[in-house]
Amino acid sequence: MNDTLSGLLTIAALAGLLALVWAPLGDYMARVMTGTRHARPERALYRLVGVDPEAQQSARSYATSVLAFSAVGIVLLVAILMGQQHLPFSRDLPGMPWDMAVNTAVSFVTNTNWQSYAGESTLGFTAQMAGLAVQNFLSAAVGICVAVALVRGFLASRSGTIGNFWVDLVRVTGRILLPVAVVGAVLLLTQGVVQSFADQTITTVTGGSQVVPGGPVASQEAIKQLGTNGGGFFNANSAHPLENPTPFANLLQIFLMLLVPVALTRTFGTMIGSRRQGLTILGAMAALFTASLAVATWAETTGQGAAARAAGAAMEGKETQFGAWGSILFSTATTSTSTGAVNASHDSLTATGGGAALVNMMLGEVSPGGVGSGLYGMLVMAVVTVFVAGLMVGRTPELLGKKIGRPEITRVALYTLSVPAIVLVGIGVAIALPATNDALGNSGVHGFSEVVYAFTSAANNNGSAFGGITVTSTFFQVALAVAMLLGRFVTIALVLSLAGSLARQRPVPTTAGTLPTHTVLFGSLLVWVVLLVTGLTYLPSLALGPIAEALTNGVIS
Amino acid sequence: MTTSSLLPMLAAQLPQALRKLDPRHLWRSPVMFVVWVGSLATTVVAIADPSVFAWFIAVWLWLTVVFGNLAEAVAEGRGKAQADSLRAARSDVSARRLAADGSEVVVPGTQLAVGDRVVVEAGEVVPGDGDVVEGVASVDESAITGESAPVIREAGGDRSAVTGGTRVLSDRIVVQITAAPGETFLDRMIALVEGAERRRTPNEVALSILLTSLTIVFLIAVVTLAPMAEYAGAPQEPLVLVALLVCLIPTTIGALLSAIGIAGMDRLVRVNVLAMSGRAVEAAGDVSTLLLDKTGTITYGNRRASELLTAPGVTDDELRDVARFTSLADQTPEGRSIVDLALERGADDSDLPDGAAFVEFTAQTRMSGVDLADGRSLRKGAGSAVEAWLGTSLPAAVQVQVDEVSGAGGTPLVVAESGPDGSRALGVVHLKDVVKDGMVERFVQLRAMGIRTVMVTGDNPRTAAAIGHEAGVDEVLAEATPEDKLALIRKEQAGGRLVAMTGDGTNDAPALAAADVGVAMNSGTSAAKEAGNMVDLDSDPTKLIDVVAIGKQLLITRGALTTFSIANDVAKYFAILPAMFLAAYPALDSLNVMRLSTPESAIASAVVFNALVIVALIPIALRGVKYRPLSAEALLRRNVLVYGLGGLVVPFVGIKLIDVFVSMIPGIG
Repeated sequence: MNDTLSGLLTIAALAGLLALVWAPLGDYMARVMTGTRHARPERALYRLVGVDPEAQQSARSYATSVLAFSAVGIVLLVAILMGQQHLPFSRDLPGMPWDMAVNTAVSFVTNTNWQSYAGESTLGFTAQMAGLAVQNFLSAAVGICVAVALVRGFLASRSGTIGNFWVDLVRVTGRILLPVAVVGAVLLLTQGVVQSFADQTITTVTGGSQVVPGGPVASQEAIKQLGTNGGGFFNANSAHPLENPTPFANLLQIFLMLLVPVALTRTFGTMIGSRRQGLTILGAMAALFTASLAVATWAETTGQGAAARAAGAAMEGKETQFGAWGSILFSTATTSTSTGAVNASHDSLTATGGGAALVNMMLGEVSPGGVGSGLYGMLVMAVVTVFVAGLMVGRTPELLGKKIGRPEITRVALYTLSVPAIVLVGIGVAIALPATNDALGNSGVHGFSEVVYAFTSAANNNGSAFGGITVTSTFFQVALAVAMLLGRFVTIALVLSLAGSLARQRPVPTTAGTLPTHTVLFGSLLVWVVLLVTGLTYLPSLALGPIAEALTNGVIS
Repeated sequence: MTTSSLLPMLAAQLPQALRKLDPRHLWRSPVMFVVWVGSLATTVVAIADPSVFAWFIAVWLWLTVVFGNLAEAVAEGRGKAQADSLRAARSDVSARRLAADGSEVVVPGTQLAVGDRVVVEAGEVVPGDGDVVEGVASVDESAITGESAPVIREAGGDRSAVTGGTRVLSDRIVVQITAAPGETFLDRMIALVEGAERRRTPNEVALSILLTSLTIVFLIAVVTLAPMAEYAGAPQEPLVLVALLVCLIPTTIGALLSAIGIAGMDRLVRVNVLAMSGRAVEAAGDVSTLLLDKTGTITYGNRRASELLTAPGVTDDELRDVARFTSLADQTPEGRSIVDLALERGADDSDLPDGAAFVEFTAQTRMSGVDLADGRSLRKGAGSAVEAWLGTSLPAAVQVQVDEVSGAGGTPLVVAESGPDGSRALGVVHLKDVVKDGMVERFVQLRAMGIRTVMVTGDNPRTAAAIGHEAGVDEVLAEATPEDKLALIRKEQAGGRLVAMTGDGTNDAPALAAADVGVAMNSGTSAAKEAGNMVDLDSDPTKLIDVVAIGKQLLITRGALTTFSIANDVAKYFAILPAMFLAAYPALDSLNVMRLSTPESAIASAVVFNALVIVALIPIALRGVKYRPLSAEALLRRNVLVYGLGGLVVPFVGIKLIDVFVSMIPGIG
């Protein structure tokens, strides 16, 4: 079977699997988030921490809970990382320096999982399990909670309340993420992902002996992908044979990344009572994903440059068992879902392929985006779309029965403004610093792309690295931590505030004069708005990075 | 508006546009303020380091600001002309104030207070707004409405309001003043059409927020581009960065936004409707329920004869002629319509025979007719009245006809004769409300636009339902009292719907105030005019539908030009980015899809296009995007195609064309 056929079949299998679970998982999540009954252990937990599970929170209260919970998470994680030598299974490794610990803690709590350290040589098993893996669950759960809270904002009628964060958090973690992660981990185990509490000394083919690092990898790997976290147990991430051993494991990991963000569109449709609306959002996401995948696959398989053409594909920095198709499907999925795991070196992608990965993140992680964050990001873009398009049908704009007036558009405008501002200011400052030149792995255009990639990845909470750039200086540790922190929580605060503002409104009935938002026309407009907003903001950075590089390499010749 | 009429208008407003260059004025539009700052900065650069290119950019940036001001000035100018003609009506008048003892004191009109009573006689101008408390007079209101036919104003009832500035043509009335000088209807009208009181509407504010945030994003993008360019080895001059910034920020819509708002109000004024606030115009676009009075709006004011139903043994001609005789002297509209119908059915146009005596309708007999010289008496009237007159019950067949007509919502008039040969019922005339021409089609359009219509009438439910069905309204409110109207409005609003209605009576005032769009008839009482947020000077209730269309048109224009403005940016990037970085990365030349001559000419052309497109769109901003009553989906598809796709494509062509000329300028090309 040739590469093209197997590549297309892999993509078809992935699409088929997602189509299969879309409705059942989406509806299950909707039931979980709207159900009124509490399981016995949940009740016990609420009693233990003193939460009234029946209480409804206002947007402000919900946001305070999210921010406080995340702040505590960061503090605890910093403590674990800096003091890991006092914990069991520390493998005699010292604590992290403060700037790396802060960067890492922020990174995992913001669901970014940017890694400025190498896992196997820096962290003990307890720090990995009790520190990082815990945040892999919780940060993902927070994203889903916020998305559901926004959907409730559309549903509420003059109540102003958007649910109970603590109940949402417990249910998402316990009833959604944990069961699916367990199944994922078991499947990964069957493929040979390790799960142990010790390193192993093995005899190599030539008779020598070698220490192979082990650890509780499978359990962490499943939630790494399922929660669109992306932080690898090993430095090589999913390019490491013990993290991602087979082509099937590779497909499974891609599936897990896309699973929740894709199914949440169904949850959304079911909750608001219009499944076509959910399908329209999914359609817009899928269109963006497919276009990016097509461009990147074309660039990688046709091979840019003489060496790559001779090899038949741009294979530098790729794992041969995944090939160009398996690598580019992974890189598209990981950058489109804000996961940030990698199974190939993005620094070695062709200029076009690397540019596509960059654009996926610049879209604001909405194709389909991170768990929860993808849905709320796309809904915010839908508000922008409806604001302009809605006027063109001769009514003041409304989405799902809620008017988009001054309070709503203010929050949405700040949302669309905040992440690009963080990215651009970050790049501008970093590139102006003389020290940056020394941190770059390449000079010229490619070096510029490395800086652009780093800040885009951090502020959009993706976490994948272009590589090449050395980010262990205090400047990069702190600057990127700030980018991650603002990129995550400024947007979350705005989304929750938007949800509150929507929840205070009385719904407007739908008439023939209402702009229908569940149609192909609206879906296409949504795609255009996402592309236009991204393009207009980032075109200069792209032109000086990947576009200049690609054109110089002769993409169009 | 044609180009030939636009240019003189632009030229006339140029001084006004230049006056608006004051930064304190521009501060209200952040987008245009940024352009103003950019113009200033490039001028400084051009003075410090003069070159053709620098001066060219500086001049065109200033022109961008001026063009924006020009759009606003032209929009305001159209209102000013109207205000001047209104002011002429407000010329100083003296008032004959009545003292408590009945004596008259002549005082200047400006010294009247609310509650004063003034006497106005034929030939005099009403000195202030008020209600007629004594007498009846014909009044010429043409100064305000433009309608030359005089109207009757009388004490009591719903035609008691007089407006300051109008002229009494006959008789003498006593007017109780209801508005203090300076706050009269005329004063408010002048302020409104001049735009002096214009406050930005909620949607305009929301759109400004979006535009401001876009401006901030582009500001950040351009400022951070400086170090990026430095790194790329292609440091950019501030001049070029400012040019890029101005091209990217949404100047087109930023410049036209207030003109669109003013023009929307102006369009209402042109159909003789005055909106007291821009908010009301915006709300009109959102209206989803229309409350329409049956009489005068949906149907002609009066019932008309539509059918003649004969009793057994009576010929059609016999009934027709008798019905005509009974109505010949009857000057009521119903009576005249019976005569018309009879003629239509072939009756001869003869007068009543000599000696015939007309019997008028009275509340007691509830019949009218004639007594002929040959001893026969002919009558028409309600079934029960005719029955009493005949002294016997109606024949069963006639009774069935009476019931059928009533059942269909009509009014049955029984025609009967009594004379030497005995007395008998001849048949029934079917009087019915006639739906105005074109109303049925309008309701179909309204439904397509997603607007529900509710017909309000004092008729009984059966009659009301029949008319409602015929006209095709969505709901009928029968035997409606003002309280019912108010309750209906509250119910609709509780369901999240915006309601529009018209009214003229004092008892309509609470409903007018509660409605989101309340159009008061100018002929109505001052209480009604005070309560509504619009006044229709023509007192034509049908106009409510036009008001809704104008509201929608205003919003569509705003959305369409925003879309166009933002879509323009794509082409501008393709013009400017390659020009900026061609030296550092020659490969970027393949992005120069327009094949613009030189980097300078590319940047200059984009700046010129950016300024000229504002002027080109002024006519659309003033006239409004064409509105058709279509479903939302169809409207969207159409406007996205025209203004979205058009906005993408047009600048590619425009910039290329401009480049052809600009590249001929030495120092740029």
